Amino acid sequence: MTTILETKNLEMKFGAVYAAKDINISIQAGEVLGVIGSNGAGKTTFVNMVTGYLKPTSGDIIYRGKSIAGRPTREVTKLGICRSFQIPQLFPELPVIENMLIALTIAKQDRPVLFQPAIDGALEDEAHALLARFNIDGYADQEIQTLPQGVRKLVDIAMATVTEPDLLFLDEPTSGVSADEKMDFMRVLIDALQTTRTAVLFIEHDMEIVEAFSPRCVAFYEGTILADGPTAEVLENAKVREFVIGSEYHRSSSDSTQQAGAT
Amino acid sequence: MIKNLDRTEIGLLIALPILIIIAFILPKWLVNYVHVSMGTGLVALGVMIQMRAGLVSFGQGLYFCVGGYAAGMMAKFYGITDFFVLLAVGILAALVLSALLGFLLRRYREIFFAMLSLALSMILFGMLSSVEELGSTDGFNLPTASYLGWSPTGETAQLTLYTLTCIIAIGCAIALNRFLKSPIGYINEAIRENELRVEYLGTSAHKAVHITYVLAAVVSAIGGVLWALPLGHVDPEMTNWTTSGQFVFVSILSGTGNIIAPMIGTFLLEIVRVYAVEISPNTWQMILGTVMLLTIIFLPKGLWSLITRKKKATRDDGASAPIAGE
Repeated sequence: MTTILETKNLEMKFGAVYAAKDINISIQAGEVLGVIGSNGAGKTTFVNMVTGYLKPTSGDIIYRGKSIAGRPTREVTKLGICRSFQIPQLFPELPVIENMLIALTIAKQDRPVLFQPAIDGALEDEAHALLARFNIDGYADQEIQTLPQGVRKLVDIAMATVTEPDLLFLDEPTSGVSADEKMDFMRVLIDALQTTRTAVLFIEHDMEIVEAFSPRCVAFYEGTILADGPTAEVLENAKVREFVIGSEYHRSSSDSTQQAGAT
Repeated sequence: MIKNLDRTEIGLLIALPILIIIAFILPKWLVNYVHVSMGTGLVALGVMIQMRAGLVSFGQGLYFCVGGYAAGMMAKFYGITDFFVLLAVGILAALVLSALLGFLLRRYREIFFAMLSLALSMILFGMLSSVEELGSTDGFNLPTASYLGWSPTGETAQLTLYTLTCIIAIGCAIALNRFLKSPIGYINEAIRENELRVEYLGTSAHKAVHITYVLAAVVSAIGGVLWALPLGHVDPEMTNWTTSGQFVFVSILSGTGNIIAPMIGTFLLEIVRVYAVEISPNTWQMILGTVMLLTIIFLPKGLWSLITRKKKATRDDGASAPIAGE
């Protein structure tokens, strides 16, 4: 396996507050990695830094051997690192298909094109095919603002995958999806992403989903990495249990199913 | 070739001969309004393509004026009367100015963009009003245009200018229709909806706004030249905020749904104003204001939405018919 992304002592300071400190993570090509941590632990800050939305105060981000720290978002996207958002960032007054078409149009243009039509039959077929991959082709002609949150989440993720990125960050893909549907939702998602050998890093609060879908897990706490390793070990780690998961989490199977029903 | 045209473009191409024939049929005062509205209509188009990106330019009169004055100054100081040279000079002036100002304006959105564009147009207004060589607030006159060495007079001159105006206006409208359907056109809609996502999809929103701004400026300058030549006069009112306000008025009145809408909207506004002034000479603005309010309340997407709504309704009827039959 080759390392595609490596961060070195990444640090983000807002005034006197460290949102992230000494973040050293390396991600292999094609792996699935879960990130856990309570609110404000620095998970999204980490994603924001790698995707160029925030410029790290110090440290370096190495992608395929080159530093990308401080590069603007659009360049990072072109290099093959994409993300989805905790709150879907879509074009709410346009139908799903147009959201996809805009994403595809941008992905395909290298320089500004002024007077040629952006959309043809082939591009529309491609957009439908992408939607079908995420099982949301049926919503193609509906406006985003009329859709349930779960579908919006999938559109958001589908839009992030149009460039076939090498590395995809999913910021809480299952937030806003009901507890009963979470497992199936993630199954659809991970299956769709596995077809293109995209490395996936997802932020998640539901430990069962982390256990089920990511072989490796990173735990954040107050801007630092508390643990990084195989998921089973990380979830057993005493510190992680104390600071991240909390005492109410029990890993006996009967309890966990009960919990899934309750949340 | 025909296959590459969409319905709007076919409509515009059909409108072209009709517009030219109108000059021979309709009374002269009405033809004059059609002629002048094509000039101002192009500026409204400039406002409209920026509105697609969510940007309201309250200072589009700036380029309307730059076009008119550049052409006028060329005639005044260098004695050049050739239509095509004057048009080219107008375009060039707007191109250079907008390309420079674009670096500033592309960073702003919403009210900030509106106010900044307004401020820039008022700077020009102030400058022109105080330059005596250019006639201060009175402006100055333009000569009758010549065409590649041919200098028609009287009726022929008017008809030639009218015909060329029609061709150029329709040409611009088709080009802008293509622009709205191009990648940059779609990116503009995306910018209006969610700029953050546009950047995350891998393109520069600033660049798209800059290009749109320059294009709108060029079209407005063409409108300025085409407006100034038939009137034979330019004055600083062209860049006053009341003029710019009218272009915004038209874009809101007609809606941003189709490139034809602002052209028709401009003409309608001219006609409404003619009758409003006739009905109540001192309070005609109130009539325009009422029209505006009613449009915003009942047709928030402009007059054009009447047409698209009707189309949708018939399509829905068609779709539901077989289900109703089952």
